[in-house]
Amino acid sequence: MTLNVNVRQLTKTSWLMLSVMMFSTTISAGEWSGYIAGEYRYFQHESPFSEPGQHDPSIAFAPEYYHEWDDGQQSLIIAPFLRLDNEDAERTHADLREFQWLYVQDDWELRLGISKVFWGVTESQHLVDVINQTDLVENIDTEDKLGQPMINLSFFEDWGTIDLFVMPYFRERTFAGKDGRFRAPLVVDTDKARYESGAGRQHLDVAIRWSHTFGDWDVGLSHFYGTNRQPLLTPNAQFDALIPYYETMHQTGLDLQQTNESWLWKLEVIRRETTSDTFTALTGGFEYTFYGVFESDMDIGLISEYLFDDRDDELQIAFEDDVMMGARLTWNDEQSTELLIGMIQDVDSSDHSWNVEASRRIGDRWKVSAEARFFSVRNNDTTFYSLRDDDYFQIELARYF
Amino acid sequence: MRNIIFLLALTAVMPLAQAETAEEKGLAIAIESDNRDKGWSDSSAEMRMVLRNRHGKESTRKIRVTNLEVDGDGDKGLTVFDTPRDVKGTAFLSYSHALVPDEQWIFLPALKRVKRISSSNKSGPFMGSEFAYEDISSFEIPKYSYKYLRDETIDGIECFVSELRPQYKHSGYTKTHVWIDKEEYRVQKIEFYDRKDSLLKIQRYKEYKLFLGQYWRAHVQTMENQQNGKSTTLYWDNFQFKTGLTDKDFEKNDLKRQR
Repeated sequence: MTLNVNVRQLTKTSWLMLSVMMFSTTISAGEWSGYIAGEYRYFQHESPFSEPGQHDPSIAFAPEYYHEWDDGQQSLIIAPFLRLDNEDAERTHADLREFQWLYVQDDWELRLGISKVFWGVTESQHLVDVINQTDLVENIDTEDKLGQPMINLSFFEDWGTIDLFVMPYFRERTFAGKDGRFRAPLVVDTDKARYESGAGRQHLDVAIRWSHTFGDWDVGLSHFYGTNRQPLLTPNAQFDALIPYYETMHQTGLDLQQTNESWLWKLEVIRRETTSDTFTALTGGFEYTFYGVFESDMDIGLISEYLFDDRDDELQIAFEDDVMMGARLTWNDEQSTELLIGMIQDVDSSDHSWNVEASRRIGDRWKVSAEARFFSVRNNDTTFYSLRDDDYFQIELARYF
Repeated sequence: MRNIIFLLALTAVMPLAQAETAEEKGLAIAIESDNRDKGWSDSSAEMRMVLRNRHGKESTRKIRVTNLEVDGDGDKGLTVFDTPRDVKGTAFLSYSHALVPDEQWIFLPALKRVKRISSSNKSGPFMGSEFAYEDISSFEIPKYSYKYLRDETIDGIECFVSELRPQYKHSGYTKTHVWIDKEEYRVQKIEFYDRKDSLLKIQRYKEYKLFLGQYWRAHVQTMENQQNGKSTTLYWDNFQFKTGLTDKDFEKNDLKRQR
C-alpha cells in the first residue's frame, strides 16, 4: 500500500526532476552516502493480543544521493528509505524521504520535490513541527518522518526568514499491523482512511513561517492550513478495525528559545482548530548543562519540560498534564558516546514512562545504538493504555558508507 | 576594554624598544601579530584531523571550514563534517565574540533540525580530539591579558615568548605560553596550563605557507596532551581567501543546505 503510493509519487516527481536537470549544463558527478542497519527488538511481555511475538528483527537501508552544480547554486538530493521487518507487514515499508531540487539565490531559495522540514525547540514532544507526517511504525517517539511533496520558497530579510509552503499531496500516518507491537485491540485499517475534505489526499495544504534571532532569543511563528497529520481513529461498523479520519485544520504555532550561558529555556505553543475540536497545547522547560564534570570531558545536561493540553479527552491526547525529566550524558570521546535517560510522569495519576537511548561509534564507519522504553500505565482511559505491555529493549548496529 | 584602547593608543605612539613594561610588550606583540593578519575578508579550507591514542591507534575526521572576518568583533565560522560518516552533513555555525558568549547553532541532518546550543563548553574537546573549542575559536585581542616573558629560539626560529591569561569565562586554562616568531609574527608554539596550573598540552605549528602575499597559514598543527599521552594533528589543505562570501553565507538558514 505505502509502496504503491511511493512508486506513483516517485514517477511523477522524477519527470519533474528530469526536466529540471535538462536545463542544467555543468553537472559534476554526484556522491552516494547513507547507512544500512540491523535492528533487534525484544519485548519484555507477551502482547495482550494473540498475533504479535516478543522478538522482532529488522533491517533498514537508507542511501542518499547528492549532486550539486552551478557552483552549488543548484542541487539534487535523492534519499529513499526501506525497512524490512520480520514480524509486522505494515512496518515493512519503503518511502522517499527526500527527492528535492534546490535552487539557491542570495536572498531566496526554492525547494521543489519531496522534502523534510523540522520546526521547534523542545525535546519531549514536537507540537509546532507540522509539515511532515510521522512514520509511526519506525518508532513511537514520532521523530521519524515521511517525505512530504512540496514547493518551499524561503526569503531571507534583515527582519527574519519567511518560509512559504505549498503541499499538493498528503501522506497518511503509518500504523502497526495486526502482527506488530504498539497496536490497540483493534488494528488501524490504513486502506480505509477517510478525509473531511472532498479533495482527500489532493487537498492543497499551505503554511507560512517567520523565524528570526534576536541576540539570545531564537523565535519562530507559523501558521498551517491543511490536512491534520494526526487522524481521529474510530471503529468501523463491524467493530473489527479502526478507521483513520483526517480532518482539515488551522494551526498557529510559536516556538521560542533563550540561550543564556549553560541554560536553554524553551517554549512551544500551538492553537489548533478543527471541526471536532479547538484547543491549545504547550511544551515548556529548560536544559541546563554541566560541562566537564568530575574533572573529565563529560557533559551532563539536565532537561525538564512541562507538557500541557487543554482538552479533556485523554483518549485522543498523549500528554495533557505531564512532566518530563531527563539527563543527557555526553562523553565527548573519540567514539561520541552518548546516553539519554528520560521519564514522563502524568501529574494526575501514577502513570509514567521511561526512555533510555545510548549510542557509540565503533571505528570510523560503524555505530551501535541501544534504546529501551518502559510504560507504567494503570489508567485505562488514556492513549497509552494499549502500550502497557509493550516495554521493549532495542539494539541497532549500523554501517555507514 | 577601555584599558586596551588606551594601550592600543599607547603602542601606536611609542616604538617597541622604549622602556615598556612586560605587560605592554606582551600586548604590543599580540597586536602586531593580529594586525598582520587583517583584511583577508573570508577564507575557506579543508582539514583532516588525525586523533592518536596513547597506543598509537589513529582515527580520522574530515572537515570543511569557512570563515568570515568581522571588523571589531570575533569572526563568523561555518564547519561541515564529512567523516566519520555517521555525522556526515552535520554543520556548525559560530559567531565568536571577544568577551560576551559566542552564538552557536548546530544542524543535525538526520532530523533536519537546527539547534541553538550553549557556547559555555569552551574547555570541552572538539570532536573527541585534544583540541578544545577555545583552541580553535578565533583569536581576539581582548580575550586575554598579556605579559612578555623572554626571547627564545626554537628550531632555529627566533621568538618572543609571552604569557596569556584568558579573560573570558569558562576557560579550561589558567594561562598559556605562546611563542611568536620575530620575523613574521606567526604563532610557532603554545603551552597550555590547566586549572591546577600544571602543563596540559603543547601545540606546534608547522609548514607555514604565504597567501595573497600577506597571510601566513600553518598547514600542520599538532596538539600533544602531556597528561594522557594522546595527540591530535590537523592537516590543512586548499586554503582560499577573498572568495566573496558575505554575512548572508553565515546565517542559520545556510546550515540546512550544507553537504
